Amino acid sequence: MIHLEKRPQPSQVWTVITPVLAVILTMIVGGMMFAALGKPPLEAIRTIFWDPLFHPQFAGYSRPQLLVKAGPLILIAIGLSVGFRAGIWNIGAEGQYIMGAICGAGASLALYPSDSILLFPMMVIAGALGGWAWSMIPAILKTKFGTNEILVSLMLVYVAESILASVSSGLLRNPDGMGFPGSRNFQQWDAAANKELIANTGMHWGVVFALIAVIAAYVLFARHIRGFQIRLSGEAPRAARFAGVNPNRIVIFCLGTAGALAGLAGLFEVTGPAGQISIDFNSGYGFTAIIVAFLGRLHPVGILLAGLLMALTYIGGELAQLMLGVPGASIQLFQGMLLFFLLATDVFTNYRIRFGQGAA
Amino acid sequence: MDLSSINPVLLVASIMVSATPILLAAIGEMVVERAGVLNLGVEGMMITGAVVGFAVAINTGNPALGFAAAALASAVLSLSFGVLTQLLLSNQVATGLGLTLVGLGLSSLIGKPYEGMKSPTLPKLDMGFLSDLPVVGRMLFSHDLMVYLSLALVIVVWAVLKYTRIGLILRAVGENHDAAHALGYKVVRIRMMAIFFGGACAGLGGAYLSLVRVPQWTEGMTAGAGWIALAIVVFASWRAGRVAIGAYLFGGVTVLQLNLQAAGAAVPVALLSASPYLMTILVLVFISARGAHGAPASLGRPFHASA
Repeated sequence: MIHLEKRPQPSQVWTVITPVLAVILTMIVGGMMFAALGKPPLEAIRTIFWDPLFHPQFAGYSRPQLLVKAGPLILIAIGLSVGFRAGIWNIGAEGQYIMGAICGAGASLALYPSDSILLFPMMVIAGALGGWAWSMIPAILKTKFGTNEILVSLMLVYVAESILASVSSGLLRNPDGMGFPGSRNFQQWDAAANKELIANTGMHWGVVFALIAVIAAYVLFARHIRGFQIRLSGEAPRAARFAGVNPNRIVIFCLGTAGALAGLAGLFEVTGPAGQISIDFNSGYGFTAIIVAFLGRLHPVGILLAGLLMALTYIGGELAQLMLGVPGASIQLFQGMLLFFLLATDVFTNYRIRFGQGAA
Repeated sequence: MDLSSINPVLLVASIMVSATPILLAAIGEMVVERAGVLNLGVEGMMITGAVVGFAVAINTGNPALGFAAAALASAVLSLSFGVLTQLLLSNQVATGLGLTLVGLGLSSLIGKPYEGMKSPTLPKLDMGFLSDLPVVGRMLFSHDLMVYLSLALVIVVWAVLKYTRIGLILRAVGENHDAAHALGYKVVRIRMMAIFFGGACAGLGGAYLSLVRVPQWTEGMTAGAGWIALAIVVFASWRAGRVAIGAYLFGGVTVLQLNLQAAGAAVPVALLSASPYLMTILVLVFISARGAHGAPASLGRPFHASA
């Protein structure tokens, strides 16, 4: 008879081992999935996890992509992790990401064709504010009325998507675009473009901000009283109340941080890799970032690594699509499985497995 | 704008059709939550049901088999959530989200070859003189079987929860799992069965979308219907009758906005197409401002029988 015994403290060792275990399990089950699809499993796994970095022919192109894709994922996941630690479930980062992009892009397009050096900083601020404002809707509704933030933030993703559809064919449409939907291309507008900072590395401002966010989050949780209060509210809400932590402030802070960071990610994406506001510039980073946050154990350094790994599956997935004809959706399933296996193996972190009679 | 182009008889009829998938998913989720489990994977289970139902209906030519397969597939998928949350004691919110992400990936993988196809759909029932009634016949008595089954399901769930021993045990597990465990009820087993039932209902709802409502398969076609179903359970204060009211209310909003778009109303299209979601938020605010009534006391809390 197997039974579980709760550990007094989550195991430190298993906290580190479980993500690795989850990745290995995902590779095995993913390999079986590829085999079922009639693709060579080992080759598919190698194409996803190895070739983007080390393939003699493709690595030159795909290595920079790693940072391009990891930047927004890390930025959003850091914001989400702050909330998740406090037990605040913002799952609408995708919406905040879209609104950040629209606000930042909109603010600059109003000044077209300005070439002031202040333009890009202003866009960054506008992007962060846009995402922040969008996340304040669930935050204020939660603090004022106790409305469930999970459902509200998620519903707002659909609202943001319909706003995006509207502005990309209306308000922000490129007047010189011959009637095609989509805004002006920011890559052709130097003052507003999020350029690659070091050639052929994929390093752009979004990656810089992501690294700053990782450090800031690390300091917040390791050294700052607010970080302690956030953890306390998540692990022992009643104790937090007695310690004088104002739960409303925590909600506003957590959702606001997540919104602002997601908004930044959106702005950097739209002025950089995506290039323009268009109906489908968002590529689901807001949802994938949830997986990144969990895979990184809600720890800043973990999220940094998890973001890079998840970026690898995106690039490797594209490569596998190209080389082996693996369906694109299988990568999405792959990422979902990763989260599932992580949650499953997490039992080892919180519980001891005991064999034999459960009398002990 | 030409409001006269909206036919009230057809409007009511299409409200019933558009409410049915949400109703099916919501009533299933309500049972799950009454057992004390918060399964946020409704969206993932629905879309899996949608694609499996569609694929089976096309390959067999039989929509009824499609519905059965959809229910089974989603129920089996929901068991993975059950194993994780009940046996491996994972966080229910995170696992539910994971289930949604897995469901979305799985469905677009299965559905790729079926895009753009047309499936056999359910026949409209002929209910004799009822269907021949003027106005009311077209409105209420000329739908397919699933519309009536979904309403019957609401009544069955209500009666079982209120009057039977099984319903009492289920509610006891949801209100206080420690007490229920002390009384000798198998908390985990009962919750697993509730999760299975919820999965089957979500699958039926999804299949109704792809086989009757649309009827086609497109990627991501549930478009938040599963999340709206979750909101309806809150709106309904965990009561079967109110779940039905909620689902029809949202069906109404959805159909009305589509009709207004078609009639060229002087309202921005973005606002109209966002209206079901805005409406959900509004209703949630309204309900929560009144104070959360009727949430099962053990909702979302993990159960671990310490020996």
